[in-house]
Amino acid sequence: MRARVIVRLKPAVLDPQGEAIERALQGLGFSGVKNVRVGKLIELDVEGDAGLVKAELAAMADKLLANPVIEDYQVEVAR
Amino acid sequence: MTTAVVTFPGSNCDRDCVHAVGDALGAPVARSWHKDHELPTGTTSVILPGGFSYGDYLRCGAMAALSPIMAAVKRFADAGGPVLGICNGFQILCEARLLPGALLRNHDGLFHCQDVELEVTAGGIGLLAPFDRRQRIVLPIAHGEGNYTADEATLDRLEAEGRVAFRYLARDAAGNGAVNGARRGIAGLLGGPCNNVVGLMPHPERRSGAHLHGSDGLLLLRGLVAAGANLGEARA
Repeated sequence: MRARVIVRLKPAVLDPQGEAIERALQGLGFSGVKNVRVGKLIELDVEGDAGLVKAELAAMADKLLANPVIEDYQVEVAR
Repeated sequence: MTTAVVTFPGSNCDRDCVHAVGDALGAPVARSWHKDHELPTGTTSVILPGGFSYGDYLRCGAMAALSPIMAAVKRFADAGGPVLGICNGFQILCEARLLPGALLRNHDGLFHCQDVELEVTAGGIGLLAPFDRRQRIVLPIAHGEGNYTADEATLDRLEAEGRVAFRYLARDAAGNGAVNGARRGIAGLLGGPCNNVVGLMPHPERRSGAHLHGSDGLLLLRGLVAAGANLGEARA
């Protein structure tokens, strides 16, 4: 089944990439843009029972896909 | 007695480190490849050099931290072996959890390539034996992701345990490194079971002789090699 791991910088972590994109968007005339944050979307195919797959995806995120010092993650499995 | 310099795909300071240890210091040096499962025979110290290992995929140092040679480096460090991580090597040490915390993108989003003034906060300890405590030195930096961060409790613990190895002298109003935003101005850390692991963003190998405008960096490499020699004698 298709799964997704969404990795985000923790709210307290500064995101200069997001700030640069925010300024660029404002420069294009999108004046109402605020609080731009850049994360990562990792899509993958996995086999097995949906419940077990979620636990396995969490293990993947803990071991490699996210760095717990600076990032949070969320896993999603397609129905 | 040999210093092993590890090359990952994308390392670009490995030959500089070989030159600094082998030619400037005149010490034995060997090279190691990321796919090796063991360090070279007779290894008494290890350098993880700067560069862009695995193209900085996922996060700087994340892929390198899982390479076969890093399992051997971890065993070596856990047994008290001296390990020095420079720039990307520091990022790899953090990703491998041999040192706490992480290195974020510089606070201003820019890559900084310049000399910086540093305080050798933990001078005199472990690999930093050749330095005086709080000695001031100048080393070059060249990084886009040197903004050191960790949670407050970890930062407090690092300070209390005297594990802040190097600090940027130029700080902003909040006390962070002016050049990159590093929390509490931290440019390098001490770790390992006996302060045998050092990671830092500045490049000691780029200040390792008169032809490179100074020798401040050579002192750190000398400390690394000497710590390795002591370890070798203790085991012999």
